[in-house]
Amino acid sequence: MLSSSRAALVAAAAKLPRLVTRYGYCTTAAGERQQQKPLSPKITTHPTRNDRAKDPRWKDIDMTRAVDEADVVIVGGGPAGLSAACRLAQLNAEKGTEMRIVVLEKASSVGAHIMSGACLDPKGLVELFPDWQERGAPLHTPVTGDKFYMLTEKRAIPLPLLPGMPMHNHGNYIVRLGNVVAWLGEQAESLGVEVYPGVAAAEVLYTEDGSAVKGVATNDVGIAKDGSPKDSFERGMEFHCKQLIIAEGTHGHLAKHLINRYDLRAGREPQTYGIGFKELWELSEDRWRPGYVEHGVGWPLDSGTYGGYFIYHLNEGSPLAAVGFVVGLDYSNPYLSPFREFQQFKHHPHVAAALTGGKRIGYGARALNEGGVQSLPKLTFPGGCLVGCTAGMINVPKVKGTHNAMKSGSLAAEAVHEAIGSGEIEPATYEEALRNSWVYKELHSVRNIRPSFHLLNGRLGMFGGMAYTGAVWYFTRGREPWTFSHGGTDHEKLLPAKDCKPKDYPKPDNVLSFDLLSSVALTSTNHDHDQPPHLTLYDDSVPGQVNLSVYDGPEQRFCPAGVYEYVELDDGSKRLQINAQNCIHCKTCDIKDPTQNINWVTPQGGEGPAYNGM
Amino acid sequence: KYIHIINKADMAASKGLKILVGCKRVIDYAVKVRVKPDRSGVVTEGVKHSMNPFDEIAVEEAVRMKEKKLAGEAVAISVGPPQSQETLRTALAMGIDRAIHVEIPLAQLEKLQPIHVSKLLAKVCESEKPDLVILGKQAIDDDCNQTGQMLAALLDWPQATFASKIEPSQDSKQLRVTREVDGGLETIDVSVPAVVTSDLRLNEPRYATLPNIMKAKKKPLAKMSPDQLGVDLQPRQEVISVEDPPVRKAGAKVESVEDLVGKLREKGLVK
Repeated sequence: MLSSSRAALVAAAAKLPRLVTRYGYCTTAAGERQQQKPLSPKITTHPTRNDRAKDPRWKDIDMTRAVDEADVVIVGGGPAGLSAACRLAQLNAEKGTEMRIVVLEKASSVGAHIMSGACLDPKGLVELFPDWQERGAPLHTPVTGDKFYMLTEKRAIPLPLLPGMPMHNHGNYIVRLGNVVAWLGEQAESLGVEVYPGVAAAEVLYTEDGSAVKGVATNDVGIAKDGSPKDSFERGMEFHCKQLIIAEGTHGHLAKHLINRYDLRAGREPQTYGIGFKELWELSEDRWRPGYVEHGVGWPLDSGTYGGYFIYHLNEGSPLAAVGFVVGLDYSNPYLSPFREFQQFKHHPHVAAALTGGKRIGYGARALNEGGVQSLPKLTFPGGCLVGCTAGMINVPKVKGTHNAMKSGSLAAEAVHEAIGSGEIEPATYEEALRNSWVYKELHSVRNIRPSFHLLNGRLGMFGGMAYTGAVWYFTRGREPWTFSHGGTDHEKLLPAKDCKPKDYPKPDNVLSFDLLSSVALTSTNHDHDQPPHLTLYDDSVPGQVNLSVYDGPEQRFCPAGVYEYVELDDGSKRLQINAQNCIHCKTCDIKDPTQNINWVTPQGGEGPAYNGM
Repeated sequence: KYIHIINKADMAASKGLKILVGCKRVIDYAVKVRVKPDRSGVVTEGVKHSMNPFDEIAVEEAVRMKEKKLAGEAVAISVGPPQSQETLRTALAMGIDRAIHVEIPLAQLEKLQPIHVSKLLAKVCESEKPDLVILGKQAIDDDCNQTGQMLAALLDWPQATFASKIEPSQDSKQLRVTREVDGGLETIDVSVPAVVTSDLRLNEPRYATLPNIMKAKKKPLAKMSPDQLGVDLQPRQEVISVEDPPVRKAGAKVESVEDLVGKLREKGLVK
């Protein structure tokens, strides 16, 4: 209960325009956000925004959770999390210590939520498993050729790829990362790690005095769409651990919570992002060039929008190629649709030449981090640490992050092992180890390339970025004494609709380009329809009042799965409809929402996309 | 032929029925299925699989009957590849007591048909002697809707298919099963042992939550082979080809009834 003076203050603050600061904090305290006026029917029914203790429908429900203990709990079974798990198991074997290591993965099977290009630098893997080949790691396609193009509307201009440039891929492998991660999961299990797919970590648990993390709780099941308990309701369970490693990938929801709680971004820049799309194509045999890697920039993106494409030809027995497209989420035009830019890109004569006669068999999308060293948060907190993309370690010009994720997982494992041995609450040696490693060296050297895109206030756009890379970076390799800033968060960069021009996209031809819904069907994503939408809003009235009226509802366009729709009600007004079932867990909405009103939380475990070797 | 005679009074007695539940591992219902380029079948490699939804309902019903003390022991059985063990672990996590896996070698898996499965199940019934076998009414991959019926015929047991409710009969000596039929609902009394197949509205299955999944690891899971059971897996059918359904052609909108009749005449569908 708020005291009467505080209640008056909150009521007054609720009338203030919503001020969003640099780091995403808001005038009304997150968690105490008042609902402006009750909207019927309510959009956000999720228990994280509706206290069940005050809800009469939950009066007689037993809310106790089963508790289990582990030494280390790792949230996220991706390259970073599984590398941490494997390294921990290896350290235990080396040093004769015993630890219970538990990995919680929200996908129904390990690898099913992995979405990546991917052209893998094997550095991280080789350090973890020098015998990876004997162990059967699915790295079947060494890179045989490497090209870089600048696309104009009609032409594809080849640009020179000199050795030493981040885009040079000699020694790397084209992989289906989902399969590599599935293999990593098997290695972890063979080393004695307990891996639980189909389990989502939903809540961080704290010690009595709230100062340190003591574990996580898994998701509850059996809550109806309206927030009431179903017959099948079951409380999640708690894992209490000595150290918690968060490996949720880009913009993880528990990571977001921990970063806010421990102010891990103090003195550092906020993270910046891109949205990455990927399709798997079965090419016509005569157009298949196994081992060939192509990257490029340009059309159809205008020079003010950061982005690029990749085409990787796999060599795993059938003529498969991964075709992908990244759009920087710092774009300013709310009418821009990253998905439709991607579909249009495939019509470029140079790209169509590769894809004609082929068949699309897979589609997916995921946000990726672009902030580099400038945006790395403090990596440790009392009781745990952040690894991999959840902290943000992608080498943007190289378009690679897996090797860094794996290395950071290994380094975190070493620090965690040490902390448990010495009884330290915070694995503080991790951050220093990372700063002294090749991960930091690499990220530091390329730190100015992505932000050079904003040179001269972004007027040169992509040309500015490429000019900087060729003219300055190629010689300095990052030794230049300055560090460019990203200039703020992605969501702040979105301009009001009235200041921008709507974009006209061509209709999909269903041969090279496709519509959104048939694309989403290919992700095989599914969520139990009778559960509260996991895309929660801090304030149900904001979409109509701000997102739609000021920005023309950009979430309708940046969501790669068609989750957000504005539907017209009988009285002519428009209401946000959240089709949570379509969600593919990409996190773009949480990142790009101009009002930062959307908070993605995990749905029930085992839900979401079912990617097959993406 | 196999005949099993039990004391009908056992039904209401504290011992309870012994239930055998069939589970099949199928491609998850939400997955976008793709036909293999050689048209011999659909792509299954790396594709998400889960328990057949109707079998989940069958497992749930068995567990509920245990909770109501109508049943004493519930055993799950699956005929399939090594990965079927995961399906059985899910059943164990939902409350089944133990599981049996009849492992089919990969080479014979694609040619496995309901006739084989029902013969394997019949053999297992000889040794397990269940009072009630609950199967899903059909699998969502082949939609055959045959295994339950064939099994009942092989065992010469009564069958109650498309069950939407199972309860003791008025005199507690039989089972009263409500069936979903085209005309509505049909209620029949069957004596045990019997075969029942589950339909959608029988129940809403519970979730297999992590504490139960961890407990299930300790529950017994026995392996058997078709040879041990003496069943011949020779296919009786040959799949000629598997194809995508034809692409739906665009329809045309008409403005009036006259237009409609005119168009029907054009197509020669109306004189």
